[in-house]
This record gives sequence, C-alpha cells and structure tokens, in this order.
Amino acid sequence: MSDTLQADVTPPPTHDERVRRGSRLARLLARPEAGALAGAIVIYLFFFVVAPPFRNASSFSTVLYVSSTYGLMATPIALLMIGGEFDLSAGVAVTSAALCASLFSYEFTVNVWVGVVVALVVALAVGFINGWIVVRTGIPSFLVTLGTFFMLEGLNLALTRTITNQVASPDISNIQGFSSAQKVFATSFTIGGVSINITVIYWIVFVLIATWILLRTRIGNWIFSVGGNAPSARAVGVPVARMKIGLFMAVGFMAWFTGMHTLLLFNTIQSGQGVGNEFVYIIAAVVGGCLLTGGYGSAVGAAIGALIFGMTNQGIVYAGWDPDWFTFFLGALLLGAILLNTYIRRRAEAAR
Amino acid sequence: MTTTTTTETQRKAAEPLVKLIGAGKNYGSIIALSDISLEVSGGEVMCVLGDNGAGKSTLIKIIAGLHQPSVGTYEVEGTPVHFSSPREALERGIATVYQDLAVVPLMPVWRNFFLGNEVRKGLGMDIALMKKTCKQELLDMGIDLRDVDQPIGTLSGGERQCVAIARAVHFGAKVLILDEPTAALGVKQAGVVLKYIIQARERGLGVIFITHNPHHAYPVGDRFLLLNRGRSIGYYKKEQVTLEELTGLMAGGSELEQLSHELEAAGGAAAEAAHEMEDNVSDLGISRPPPSPDGGG
Repeated sequence: MSDTLQADVTPPPTHDERVRRGSRLARLLARPEAGALAGAIVIYLFFFVVAPPFRNASSFSTVLYVSSTYGLMATPIALLMIGGEFDLSAGVAVTSAALCASLFSYEFTVNVWVGVVVALVVALAVGFINGWIVVRTGIPSFLVTLGTFFMLEGLNLALTRTITNQVASPDISNIQGFSSAQKVFATSFTIGGVSINITVIYWIVFVLIATWILLRTRIGNWIFSVGGNAPSARAVGVPVARMKIGLFMAVGFMAWFTGMHTLLLFNTIQSGQGVGNEFVYIIAAVVGGCLLTGGYGSAVGAAIGALIFGMTNQGIVYAGWDPDWFTFFLGALLLGAILLNTYIRRRAEAAR
Repeated sequence: MTTTTTTETQRKAAEPLVKLIGAGKNYGSIIALSDISLEVSGGEVMCVLGDNGAGKSTLIKIIAGLHQPSVGTYEVEGTPVHFSSPREALERGIATVYQDLAVVPLMPVWRNFFLGNEVRKGLGMDIALMKKTCKQELLDMGIDLRDVDQPIGTLSGGERQCVAIARAVHFGAKVLILDEPTAALGVKQAGVVLKYIIQARERGLGVIFITHNPHHAYPVGDRFLLLNRGRSIGYYKKEQVTLEELTGLMAGGSELEQLSHELEAAGGAAAEAAHEMEDNVSDLGISRPPPSPDGGG
C-alpha cells in the first residue's frame, strides 16, 4: 500500500505558478514605512510650494528639532505597538520624569546628575508597573495605561504644588552638574551655518538601534511574534510576559530621556505639560505603518510619521496661516497621510 | 531497571519510540481517558481516530508532556518517562504540531521557522544561514517556496501545516504528533498534507496522526486506534481492518442505530431519514465488527 502511495508522491514542481514575483518597486512598497515615506514627500513638497520660509535650511533644522522631540518617544511606542500594546501614559510620563529630576535635585540640593538618575529609576518603574499589570491581569493596555495616565497627571500637579507651592518646578540652572547635564541632553551645534539640536542626532541613533533590534536580532523576532500571535509565541518558547514588560520599560526609558531634554533646555518644567502628546506618538507610529492590532510596523516608519507631524506643525507657521486652524490642518494632513499609507499598502499587498 | 547496559542498548533499538500501556487520565471525578495502549516506532504512522469528545485531545496532551497519565505507563524508547512539561518531551524528540500551528501569520516564513530557536551570531542573528536552512528544509519536505521572506499568512492552510511539520522535523523530532492536520483543509490541501506525512515516515520518523476522518487515516496509517468516549473501541494493524470497517466503527454503529430508532418514533419525514440511516449502517458492516481487537505487538 505504501509503495503505491509512494508512487503518487510527485516531485515538487520546480516553479510554483501561484507565487508571482512582484517587481522591485512592489517589494519596496510592501514595506511598512513606504506609505509614510510617500506621504512625507507630498507634505514636504506642499509646504515647499506654499510656504517660502520653509525652504531655508535653518527652518528645516527647526522642523527636524520639533520632529525629534516627538520622534524620540515615537520610537519605543512603535516597538510597543508592534509588540501588541499601547501606552497612553507616555505623554505625561515625560513630564513626570522631568519633574522628578528637578524637584529631587532642588529640594535635596544634590548634584543634578543624582536627580537625573533618580528620574531614570522612577521612569523605568512606571514602565515596569504598566507592563506588569498588563501581563498579570490580561486587561487591555489601553485601559491600564489610561489609568496610569490620569494618576501620573494628578501626581505631577499635586506633588509639584505640595512641594513648591507653584505649578512649575523651580529653576535648577544654578545647581551643580547642570551645565554638564545640559551638554549631554540639550545642546546644539552648527553645521554649515545651520544650528542643529543634539536631539536630532539622538533621534537618528535611537531609530537605527531600534531598527537593528527589530530586523536583525532575536529580540526583534520576539517583539513581532508577541504582537502578531502571543499564544503561538509562547508555544515555541518566547518569554511573552518578559518581552511586554521590557517594551513598556523601553517607553519609560525614552520618557526619561525626552524629559531630561525638556528640563535641561528650559531649566524648569510645567507640571501640566505633556497631556495629549501620547496621541502624537501613537499617530506617528500608525502613520509610519504600525498596525493598531500589533505584529507589524517599523521604527523608521514611526520616525517618518514624527517628521510628518513636525513638518505640518512648523509648515503652518511658515505659511503664515491663522494658528487657530492649526489642529484642523494637522488632523486633515494626518488623516490624508494615513489614507495614502493604507492605499499604498493595499496596492502593494495585492501586487505581491 | 535491572537489565545491564548492553541488553539495554539492544533493547533500545528494538523498542518502539513511544509506547503507552493501559494509560488513563482522570480530571477529578471525570474519567477522560481509560486503559489506552498504543505504540509507534520509527517509520510508522499511528492513526488515532475518534469523534469530538472521544478523548483525542487528552491523549495528545499525555504524549506531548502537557499532562501525566493518572494510571498506566508511558515509555519512550523502552524507558518509562514522567514528563512535567512539553519542553521535556521535546528534548526526547517528541514534537507536537497543534491545530493552530503556533505560527505568526504576519511574520515571514523563515522567521516563523526559527521562532524561539533563532541562530545567533554575535549580538544579532545569522539571517543568511537561517533563510538558507529554512528553504532547504522545506525543499527536503518537497515544499518549494520561491520566497521564504513572504508572510506565512500568505501561504495556503496545507502549506502552513507543512511548514510547521518541517520545523518540528528540523529541530530534532523523532516522533511527530499531528493534531487534526487535515481537519480545516479542502480535499486537495488535505492530500498535500497526507503526502508530507508519508514523507516524514519515509525519513524514519514515527508519526501519531490524530483525525476524525478514516478516509485520511487509512491510506497513510500502519496502525489504527479508535477512541470513543475516552475508551479504546479497537486497535488494529492495517492488515486487520478495511476502510469500510474503520468508517463503520467511526460512525459509531450502536449510536447511529439508537438515533434511527428515535427518529422513527418521531414519525413522518424523520422516519424516512431513519430508514435511510439504517440502510447505511448495514452497508457499513457495523453489525459485523472486525475480529481481533488486539492489534498491538
């Protein structure tokens, strides 16, 4: 019986007629960030035409700076979303970290660097708690981090007012270690007469690291798998809970980093700051090709998403439009970018 | 173990890879499985047939190391084992391919293939090697993918099943447990999977093929274990049973007869259905159960 069956086993066809090789362009367009790149080019050209000041290198440097302040956070948020989770507390966590560093240094009159380290510990702890609650309870991270978002917002205001009797942190520029910390987190330098903020460099470095992790390491494989199908990932031995907690802590780390930049640039920080930014980070990641459902996306895409936000943000100013209309144009452009992104991805997938 | 090392080694070669003797499983007061014996050697396909709720899942869980049998013995290559996790079973070469396949649809084929077993190189992974190995392993199973970079979700159900099987084989499986691999597939797709089951057998693996379809089991199987309500209702070698008899046993002769009586009592159209069912039951030869239910050994 087995002999006759063996005869039935035809040799595999040398070429599978069902798999049509797409063109090089189709393959490029199938990448998650392709739609965002097309959108960024369209928006760049649009403001290049309608807003003459936008064409200056120095203006573009400002665009890059604004983009970088959002792009830094959009990077770990993109990783977290690829891993299948949200973090709505990310916007206020930036402010929490900055307040923590400045209040600690000021109240205990210690070196700014001590405050910076304390803030790092606190920011990582916030990320850990978010992640731990999510993996232990199985409650959607949208709800868990919505809770921690409001808690942090309240803590930021209440503790700042209790400690300083004001709604902003005191100026820390006279405290020891301030200037060296500022050099690390909030300096700028000049290339060819154009001033470039160091956050732009950090942004590029972090995006490259995140991309390398995602595409070239085992951890990256695991991030995609926990977001794409957590039970399957667990079945093949991926430590799903540890991965998710780690991703929330990466968001915490970057909230600390961004918070240190904001604090050391302005010497002080408003306790109500940061609310609403969490959506900008998520929008940047989604415009950049991250799926809301997880398992798909890219760090480069999130960077392009942040760039789209920065260009729109500044482009409206350079175009001299009524700033009252700012959020309307912002929303319309982002919606347009998402539609274009979706359209291109569908076409690319159909062409595969 | 009172035997000496030499006899041990000799025995090992002759012993079946997996052997259950009188195994049973109770969950509290519920007897999910009782008195099941089966064995599978290298190059053999052991088919486990049963309808829903027959105890197939419990049996898989015992062999895969997810549960321990409450009674009876479980031997691997002649040595009694007590697995406390699937990972331990895997280390002994017993791999399970579950119905959901444990694949991540949006990830490329090669990433799925190596997920959890990535080949590392420095801080990163040896991607070129993994892609090459994946393509070669799939080719050896007779699956020719032009692009191992395509998301595994773009493959057909049968192809995905085959990738999952190839993955288990590559990572050192000696015994493959396939949980209803043909259940959700069309006729042609199921044929493709059956082909790979034969291929795995030809490569010297033992296969435990769980199914409720005797038409899928009979062509590829060497032994057949029929389960009903947690009990064995027959254990046959291929030469002891025909496809018709298997089908009849699977249809659950007495239960069908009872159902036909109930329908008859309902009268009208139901009675007609009942007559048809009775005819089918006698056509299947259920009234003449096949001889020698002891097929082991």
